Amino acid sequence: MIDLYFIQDVLLPPLLEGVLVTVKLIILSIPSGLILGILIAVGRVYGNKFISSLCAVYTIFFRGTPLLIQLFIIYYALPSIGIFFSPFMAAVTGFILCSGAYHSEYIRGAIQSIKTGQMMAAEALGMSRIKAVLYIILPQALRRAIPGCSNEIIYLIKYSSLAFMVTCVELTGAGKIIATRHFRYTEVFMVVGIIYLLVVSIVTKFLSMAEKKLKIPGLG
Amino acid sequence: MHEDNKIILKVEEIYKRYRKEEVLRGISFEVRKGETKVIIGPSGSGKSTLLRCINQLTIPDKGQVWLEGEEVTHTKKSINQFRQKMGMVFQDFNLFDHINALGNVEIGLIRVKGMDKNRAREKAMEELKQVGLEKQAYLYPAQLSGGQKQRVSIARALVMNPSVMLFDEPTSALDPELIGEVLEVIKNLAINGMTMVVVTHEMGFARSVANEVIFIESGRIIDQGSPYKLFTNPEHERTKKFLYRITELYGKSVEER
Amino acid sequence: MTENLLLVYQSLPYLLKGSIITLGLIGGALALGLIMGIPMAIGQVYGNKYVANLISLYVWFFRGLPVLVLLFLFYFGLFMFLGFNLTALTAAILVLGLRSAAYQSQIFRGSIQSVGEGQMMAARSLGMSKLKAIFYIILPQALRISIPGWSNEYSIILKDSAVTYAIGLTEILTRGNFIATRTYQPLPIFLTCAAIFLILTYGGVKLLNILEKKVKIPGYGSYSNSGKEY
Repeated sequence: MIDLYFIQDVLLPPLLEGVLVTVKLIILSIPSGLILGILIAVGRVYGNKFISSLCAVYTIFFRGTPLLIQLFIIYYALPSIGIFFSPFMAAVTGFILCSGAYHSEYIRGAIQSIKTGQMMAAEALGMSRIKAVLYIILPQALRRAIPGCSNEIIYLIKYSSLAFMVTCVELTGAGKIIATRHFRYTEVFMVVGIIYLLVVSIVTKFLSMAEKKLKIPGLG
Repeated sequence: MHEDNKIILKVEEIYKRYRKEEVLRGISFEVRKGETKVIIGPSGSGKSTLLRCINQLTIPDKGQVWLEGEEVTHTKKSINQFRQKMGMVFQDFNLFDHINALGNVEIGLIRVKGMDKNRAREKAMEELKQVGLEKQAYLYPAQLSGGQKQRVSIARALVMNPSVMLFDEPTSALDPELIGEVLEVIKNLAINGMTMVVVTHEMGFARSVANEVIFIESGRIIDQGSPYKLFTNPEHERTKKFLYRITELYGKSVEER
Repeated sequence: MTENLLLVYQSLPYLLKGSIITLGLIGGALALGLIMGIPMAIGQVYGNKYVANLISLYVWFFRGLPVLVLLFLFYFGLFMFLGFNLTALTAAILVLGLRSAAYQSQIFRGSIQSVGEGQMMAARSLGMSKLKAIFYIILPQALRISIPGWSNEYSIILKDSAVTYAIGLTEILTRGNFIATRTYQPLPIFLTCAAIFLILTYGGVKLLNILEKKVKIPGYGSYSNSGKEY
């Protein structure tokens, strides 16, 4: 039933091309999403009323609506007001905006969980707000946010498959195309599935090792 | 004589209200160079708030603060400049959890004063030696005992070369057997001429170190005077009552420990 | 601008019918996830090694794959392979449900573990069997603790329901797309779809919050705070 030649000769080459696209998608989106998340979280907690509300609205929208709709709006709807994205860039933009919102919530929670005494001590030494946030609050908050943000990173790796829905052919897309052409859905998607499982497992392991390394000595 | 007895800190008519409660109702006092003022009083009398009003971590509703002749409240200058000259030690230590002891002490020099990293490290190490913790320099706050944490926090404040040190119940969060080491450090500071304001429950310490003791209750100064006068012959009934309760609880003086 | 508003107004009935399908989909998936998730959690905490490992494998599989891949795999692949002929809706409920079971089992597992051994010990010391103890002592507490996490799962499944567009299910997004391609007005239509999702998401979470308050055990704080108040 499972045709090994098919898998080797017909399936794998396009799939590997798809993997390449997936990798490009996530390498661009993950760091940018994190940085955006940090900015939004800091803006939300320390910004004035206007900035804080802006960040709140942004977060509510991007966490309250499906990623797929966000992608559709970016790729299919924005052209009607003159903004054009390539499929790849539409996907990347959507991923950055969406994961930025999720990251910001984890980071915001982490910032708020840091005792007010830390900020007080920093200010008592004469640090300005900005310095205190940069040197005292964020280093601790980011460490606390690692479990949540790692979770979000894994999510993004899986949801990168939605890029196919705006015609960017990554791993899942490549699989669907081959499967449709040869009517071999089960085999194709089992292979695709295995590749995702591998990537997710490896990245999960890597992230939990990173978490251990970055732990503050002595703290639970 | 004029130099040695100059007024370092002056606090005038400080008022502070939190929601419905008036926590401070017109506090005024002066601290001269080298003096140690100890503030005592029941919990909730506003003592911690008072200290925070001095370095403007809490902004008073009314009143003024002067540091070495310059007004701190209502100033055009950045408050950060003044805070560098006022060292504060908190009841909960508030060490920066993500850096080790040495890092905690040097960060003010590096990030606030802009000192060169190597020089800052040297000075920080010196300061840690002064409080007896050079062996613990590379340990993190979570790995230190309460008494060690507080001593690091004192070093952190001292290394900035402040004109006045503010202590907010420095030993209240410590286990009894650790109190002694911290009081020892503070006492040495006093002996070496540091200008200090100390809020504390430690009566024995107050007796042996203070130049003047101020008793605050319900946001007002009820009594003030030399330790001898306050502890042996207080003017007011409330002072007597408070001291009686406190010495029941805390008993021993520093020497007796 | 007014033509846009008119268009939105006219499309609403069609889109809202899609919300009914979406809600049906979510309801079915969450229910399936719940029915499977609780026993799975119990199996992982109290079961023997084999059971626990088997469940872990299931969880690893269904959490490690993207929803889209699972939908393609099951709807186009496995179901046809096994001779099933399912509607898109049924297939979607099954796939989302099986996946939700994996996530929900972990939510309940965490809650059960946080109830604490002491409770189980006390129950056993009274003579209760393990099963009775789980049913009468552990679960009532664990379920309450699970509400915030479960509300998160609701929100996630709601958003995932849009992915069923890929297998042609006529839910909100599919219908929106249908209208958008015919009227060449994607922006107002998709924004409307987004708005519908927003309302469903936050409305649902709000309802679950109310539920949490209603069933709260007197004396305990909210389980969604870390408990730190200054």
